[in-house]
Amino acid sequence: MAEMIYQSPKSIEEAVNLLAASSGSVNILAGGTDLIIQMQASIDAPRVIIDVKKIAEMTQAELTDDGLLLGPSMCCAELTAREDIKALFPGLVESAYLIGSSQVQGRASVGGNLCNSSPAADTVPALIALNASCQILGPAGERTVKAEDFVTGVGSNCLAEDEFLRCIEIPRPAPNSADAYLRFIPRTEMDIAVAGAAVSLTVKEGICSSARVAIGAVAPTALLVPEAAACLVGTDLGTADLNAAAAAATAAATPITDRRGTVEFRKHIVGVLTKRAASIAFQRAKGN
Amino acid sequence: MKTHVTTSINDETVEFLCEPQQTLLHVLRNELGLTGTKEGCGSGDCGACSVTVNDRLVCSCLVLAVEADGAKIGTIEGVANSDKLHVIQEKYLEHAALQCGICTPGLIVSTKALLEENPNPTEAEARYFLAGNLCRCTGYDKIIKAVMDSAESLRQGA
Repeated sequence: MAEMIYQSPKSIEEAVNLLAASSGSVNILAGGTDLIIQMQASIDAPRVIIDVKKIAEMTQAELTDDGLLLGPSMCCAELTAREDIKALFPGLVESAYLIGSSQVQGRASVGGNLCNSSPAADTVPALIALNASCQILGPAGERTVKAEDFVTGVGSNCLAEDEFLRCIEIPRPAPNSADAYLRFIPRTEMDIAVAGAAVSLTVKEGICSSARVAIGAVAPTALLVPEAAACLVGTDLGTADLNAAAAAATAAATPITDRRGTVEFRKHIVGVLTKRAASIAFQRAKGN
Repeated sequence: MKTHVTTSINDETVEFLCEPQQTLLHVLRNELGLTGTKEGCGSGDCGACSVTVNDRLVCSCLVLAVEADGAKIGTIEGVANSDKLHVIQEKYLEHAALQCGICTPGLIVSTKALLEENPNPTEAEARYFLAGNLCRCTGYDKIIKAVMDSAESLRQGA
């Protein structure tokens, strides 16, 4: 591993200044479940590691009247134990629960999942379906990017070198809303998504009044699929409506063939997952 | 450049010097002589290096030693009460839930974390919680029997 400098700022301001003052290769350390492995494999020049977990706001989550303010570095184990968050965003919590083992969930975070920017990241479709926004901070100030625009390619995102993800904001859902996330893996646990689908919707008098559908691991980035959502809105999610949404998700997917799945399989399965996630979200929303 | 770290390991204050890139696993084993924690994969997949940091179960191969500053670390060496084994350790012996033993410290640390969080797990819950601890010898059945038996004993106040 290359030589490095470790910094652990105690405040947001300190982190902004450290990041602005660091030259060369700088990385933000959250849970480290991706970064520490990448560091060990790297022969790069000295790098600076800025551990943001000693900044209280980065690891806390607050529910307000407007929604959830999620500290990007809160570990998944802490998030999945939060019944108040699970009640509002069951799909987001189930996506976090699917990441790695109990040990990995003790470190890995939703913000880290976003910033690592893997196409197969489980929490990213869930965030997109929930219409989440990413609050980004740098020396020039703050800007906000929609979750669907944050990841820009395989392993790349919209953060400039001197910026970091400060907060993830998820709007409070309307009454009778719910979300769900499903992924396909060839085993039952501890694997990376072959395909994933997240659906968030609102039900009024038995009819879906609004929906957002996002798919993962079937394109260079997770995708918002408005065409699939349009098939659900105004319906009671009958078989034909669900099949239409599945077909829209399949059509939007542009996957690759690799050792975990072929193009044909991934396109098919992402449709099936979309349909099933929509049904689960619908049932949950009716129960709310 | 070495960094000075003050931490608590199994309720004892410990100070050490480490390079920023050293993992907690490396420092536990090679600097502090706490070799009960094993290195398996070194990439967070096998769970042999499981420890707790601030009471949360993690893989010590995926934690930088510098991050331990001010934290509370729990390792397999802190599970037994001096020379009296913990119930979980006794149950692993009783059920012959180990063969080569490399995965055992990690599994015991994880089992303890599971039962502290959920004293009455179903077998499925126990299997999911322990999915990050790989054993290449036993086929897991004896391990799960030991876990379920430990849970029952602990619930009865053993």
